[in-house]
Amino acid sequence: MSLGSFGRSIRRNLVVIAGLLTLAYLLLPNIVVTVFSFNDPKGRFNYEWQKFSTDAWTDPCGVADLCGSLALSLQIAAWATLGATVLGTMIAFALVRYRFRARGAVNSLIFMPMAMPEVVMAASLLTLFLNMGTPLGFWTILIAHIMFCLSFVVTAVKARVMSMDPRLEQAAQDLYAGPFQTFIRVTLPIAAPGIAAGALLAFALSFDDFIITNFNAGSTVTFPMFVWGSAQRGTPVQINVIGTAMFLVAVLCVLAGMMVGRRSRQKA
Amino acid sequence: MTDTNGDVRLSGISKTYGSFTAVHPLDLTVPQGSFFALLGASGCGKTTTLRMIAGLEEPTTGTVALGDQDVTALPPYKRPVNTVFQSYALFPHLDVFENVAFGLRRRGIKSVKKQVEEMLELVQLGEQVRKKPHQLSGGQQQRVAVARALINHPKVLLLDEPLGALDLKLRRQMQLELKRIQTEVGITFIHVTHDQEEAMTMADTVAVMNAGRVEQLGSPAELYENPQSTFVANFLGTSNLIEAEVDAKSGDEIIVKAADSKLVLPAARCSAPASAGGKVLVGIRPEKISLTHADDAGSIPEGRNRITGTIADASFIGVSTQYVIDSPVCDEFAVYVQNIERDGRLVPGAEVVLHWSPAHTFGLDANQDIDAGVESVEEEAAA
Repeated sequence: MSLGSFGRSIRRNLVVIAGLLTLAYLLLPNIVVTVFSFNDPKGRFNYEWQKFSTDAWTDPCGVADLCGSLALSLQIAAWATLGATVLGTMIAFALVRYRFRARGAVNSLIFMPMAMPEVVMAASLLTLFLNMGTPLGFWTILIAHIMFCLSFVVTAVKARVMSMDPRLEQAAQDLYAGPFQTFIRVTLPIAAPGIAAGALLAFALSFDDFIITNFNAGSTVTFPMFVWGSAQRGTPVQINVIGTAMFLVAVLCVLAGMMVGRRSRQKA
Repeated sequence: MTDTNGDVRLSGISKTYGSFTAVHPLDLTVPQGSFFALLGASGCGKTTTLRMIAGLEEPTTGTVALGDQDVTALPPYKRPVNTVFQSYALFPHLDVFENVAFGLRRRGIKSVKKQVEEMLELVQLGEQVRKKPHQLSGGQQQRVAVARALINHPKVLLLDEPLGALDLKLRRQMQLELKRIQTEVGITFIHVTHDQEEAMTMADTVAVMNAGRVEQLGSPAELYENPQSTFVANFLGTSNLIEAEVDAKSGDEIIVKAADSKLVLPAARCSAPASAGGKVLVGIRPEKISLTHADDAGSIPEGRNRITGTIADASFIGVSTQYVIDSPVCDEFAVYVQNIERDGRLVPGAEVVLHWSPAHTFGLDANQDIDAGVESVEEEAAA
């Protein structure tokens, strides 16, 4: 191949090359995490490749407090997702469907938690909890998480509800569905993708939140706090194992979603 | 089935939004089993009227009755009527089968398969049961919408511009199809449209609406031949309207003067009070007029209404040629001539005589806008 034709083929595939490079940029950290989960580090720090080992994978809870903090984080994320999704969906419907006083103000206030620097919100929440005499721990973390997840859920659901044709609900009513049936059979299924997107976002945000949690956790330790804490003293390989496992679960979820989508499209 | 138990009766029904009156108090009876059209330009209140029958809009005053039952206070899901919505409003998350079965299921009917399949057969969609609405063409979606409503055997089927989203050819086809279905199932259809041709093709009775009121109600032929207002005359097809003065009334004929011409019209076809010296608008449809070159004026039989003029424009459109004539009585006289024997002398600039049978002439009250209904047709065409 001459140099000229090589240059031409590069030019022709420029978009593909740029795409692949961007993908590599996105995925490289995940690959490093995965590779180092099979490392057998010499000291306490898992920053240099020594030799292949599956020790950490066979004993993921081998480090004190790791699995406890992971369980706590999953629990908080689950409850925060539930709370934020239910409240956020209701707020989104209210904002789109009803005309009420201060609707515009509410609409922009909802965005505040997204725009505010997290550390400021964390500090002010702590002030609030201390002034109210609330003991810090599980409940203060949960309250804080629901609070900052709410605006993301509202935004996701609102976009979906706004694009919904109000005639669909009228059609349901015209076809003998009462208000409750209309909501269950038509409104909810059509809004579901927006609600699911909001819930996923809430789960991810809650699960890996560090700043707000750190301020309002008291002596409770969540998984991100555990990782941060152990990074001061050394990083156990198990952290990479948990990280890789979570990455795999996420990939599986996406694949499952794609399969379900394709099946329902092919069914016709 | 000749009793009146299935008639739709609107009594004094009206709808106002704040200071805007969408529908003025209106009385209307739609006989059971008829194909009824509400025709008008956008914003005339026809859709609001339909939605009040469906229960999707609450009337400000008046009542809606289906047969002996007053349904004014009933919510839509308790009324024995179903709607085919504009742009169909099919449920995007359900397939064709479930869309059609929706109404039956909501009424707690368990075995729906047979009924749904029969209904899909009726609208010729037997093959498409498991498709989602977005995988269907516009015409197919329209059939699903009709099937979804009809399967419930409503007392009345309401159709809100059901063909508006289809292209012209498909629209013609669906018009005939809807007419066939209506004849087959015998259910009352109330059809809202802005397309006068569609209304006339399909409906037994047409109500022409304008600015929240029914201007005129009747069979398509009656409305076309005997319009009672300039709006109806212009909105349904094209009319030439001539401002004239009543000269004399002799027996069942009225003789009027317009510029230098004397015209005759049957008294029975004049909806305005005609006393000598009073003004009337004389109307004649473009296809009722014959065109003769001025040189042959002598060959025109006696007793016909005649007007002289000059051809301003001629457009050949296949089955006919459409002329625009400048004349002293009316500066843009439309004349449609069938292309049977074409007179080569009838070109722009030629002097001609327009003549027609007095029996085809109608008279209207001169106290109204002579151009009412003209613009609305053009607006719709542009939309």
